[in-house]
Amino acid sequence: MNKKLLQIRNLSIGYGNKIVASNLSAIIPSGELICLLGSNGTGKSTLMRSICGFHPVLNGSVFIDDLEVNQLSEKELSKWIAVVLTDRVIVPNANVQELVGYGRSPYTGMMGRLNAMDKIIVSRAMEQCGIAHKKDSLLSSLSDGERQKAFIAKAIAQDTPLIILDEPTAFLDLPARVEIMQLLRDIANASGKSILMSTHDLDLALQLSDRLWLLQSGGPLTTGSPEDLLLQNAFQSMFQHKGIVFDNKTGLFKVMHTQNSTIPVKGHGFEYVLLRRALSRKGIKVIRANSEDNNWLEVKNDSKEPFALFVEGECIQSEASLEVFVNQVLKMQELFKVKRSCCTLSE
Amino acid sequence: MQYNLLRKSILIPLSLALLLILFALNLAMGSVSVPISDVVQIMIGKGSSNIIWENILLRTRLPQTIVALGAGMALGVAGLLMQTLFRNPLAGPSVLGISSGSSLGVGFVLLIAGQVWGFSFSKLGIWGDLAVIIASLGGAFAVLAIILFISHKIGGTLSVLIIGVMIGYLSNSVVGVLKFYSMEEDVHNYVIWGLGSFSRMSVDRAYLFAMITIIPSLLALFLSKSLNLMALGDRYASNLGLKIKRARLLIILCAGTLTAIVTAFCGPIIFIGMAVPHLAKLVSRTSNHFYLICNACILGAITALLCNLLARLPGMESELPINSVTAFIGAPVVISVIWKKRKENF
Repeated sequence: MNKKLLQIRNLSIGYGNKIVASNLSAIIPSGELICLLGSNGTGKSTLMRSICGFHPVLNGSVFIDDLEVNQLSEKELSKWIAVVLTDRVIVPNANVQELVGYGRSPYTGMMGRLNAMDKIIVSRAMEQCGIAHKKDSLLSSLSDGERQKAFIAKAIAQDTPLIILDEPTAFLDLPARVEIMQLLRDIANASGKSILMSTHDLDLALQLSDRLWLLQSGGPLTTGSPEDLLLQNAFQSMFQHKGIVFDNKTGLFKVMHTQNSTIPVKGHGFEYVLLRRALSRKGIKVIRANSEDNNWLEVKNDSKEPFALFVEGECIQSEASLEVFVNQVLKMQELFKVKRSCCTLSE
Repeated sequence: MQYNLLRKSILIPLSLALLLILFALNLAMGSVSVPISDVVQIMIGKGSSNIIWENILLRTRLPQTIVALGAGMALGVAGLLMQTLFRNPLAGPSVLGISSGSSLGVGFVLLIAGQVWGFSFSKLGIWGDLAVIIASLGGAFAVLAIILFISHKIGGTLSVLIIGVMIGYLSNSVVGVLKFYSMEEDVHNYVIWGLGSFSRMSVDRAYLFAMITIIPSLLALFLSKSLNLMALGDRYASNLGLKIKRARLLIILCAGTLTAIVTAFCGPIIFIGMAVPHLAKLVSRTSNHFYLICNACILGAITALLCNLLARLPGMESELPINSVTAFIGAPVVISVIWKKRKENF
């Protein structure tokens, strides 16, 4: 394993007398991308703020390279940890280059002037984040994704071994999320910086991070590589909510529909899967039709109108569009005898 | 980038030139017309054949111009500091309640003394002026001390702002009560004080005033790094190594002192402190406070000189109160900024 950069030991976090989570222990090795996952209200943001020293810890301690974070001055800590926050900061008249330049503040003198070396570091940081072409643009004119890149560039310019990001993908659309995550992945690989980010994008976190921190309500913190956590079945307990089930094999969630009637269906293949899905959404479970059924639906895979409705053994209607077909079926639902009320999993 | 560089390199000389022109116009223009050649003669120390002109220039116009310059600079810088600290485009030097503290101090002297000792301060001449200045400074620094104490104990930028505004309301209501029970003559004096003026000082005192406003305004340049970081928000600032509490204290101290001094000598001057920072941000599109403070100094002086000039345009019998002119210059600036912001942000 790589060198330990940051370690939290038996940490309790919260506000005043109110403990949000306790008994948290974990490490951040050098050069790894770590995603912190947890439901809303479990204390992800509080944990990150406590690590950054913004927020006093209630118990336990945070060590960075054997130095206790609470003992460090702002000036010293600013050379260890750089942050990117969720707050949408409005800095009047600031352009990208100025913002990234402020990242050099821990190293500049009293008047904050950048020397030649600082300027090189600033332009490298902007290039690394793919924002160099916008360096003269005002922050207020950037898209959400570009602004996030500018703040990440600021964090890189700060030249710290650890970067902490609080939900950097929160306001972004899917392509921008993937882009930001990949950017962070590249930074960890290329520069050996460690990155800790909180996110709700489980699928991206599973694919891109070296290590996950799963924060359960009240603690503790479960940590490990995504694969090990899948083997340990760690996600089930995390997302135990009504209506959601985690599939360990695919690493995806399934939505559980409440189903209170059944319809017999003959057939197989892609069209069958689609029909099953469409009906399941309407609260109808699909069962295999057998010889006792008088009324059933049938899927004919190679037909132009693959969806057929059979009443008393005769085909009375066939359709190409699932939407029209399902609506038709719903109208004639009483034909299919209600056999039992149940609650099952379906896709 | 090229455009920006050009802008930066041209801007300062250009505005300095404008400043000089306005300074000269302030000396040359007024209700008594003095020929330009005599103005030049008097200013370079050669004197003039007309002793009245010499007196007008050296005893009235010169101190007034110097005071306007110093006051404009100080208010521009103080307003910029407050707008950045509170991240609010409508903040100005008066948000901390410091000028209200001044008013309260002056109110006590002008309104109560007459009741208690049975004379009017306006009859005291120079000692009355001095008493007003001291009372104003006393009120202002008392409020400043309260604000600094709160900022140190409670922390939190918003709480400081709210306390400042509340202190403002409290002092205004106390002044209202004082006015109600005061002699008419005293209330009149108080109202005149409240209208603000650059022309209350002798030459010597004007030079002193210029020193104690211009030097702290330029010292504010040393706060520019802290201000740049504070503009990013408290958390980013602290993550970049800034001691938030100390920085906030220094910023409030600097802005508060500047406001207190100007209010003590000139009365509460409104709108310059709110409008000038917007002009400063408008002419140099940067978030770097080193340039913004330089701009606020120069533009503050320019604005105050312009207002002073407009207040006593030739052809008018007497001077207008300076605050009515600053409002006419300042309000359109503030309105246009809000209008523009509305388009940008929403």
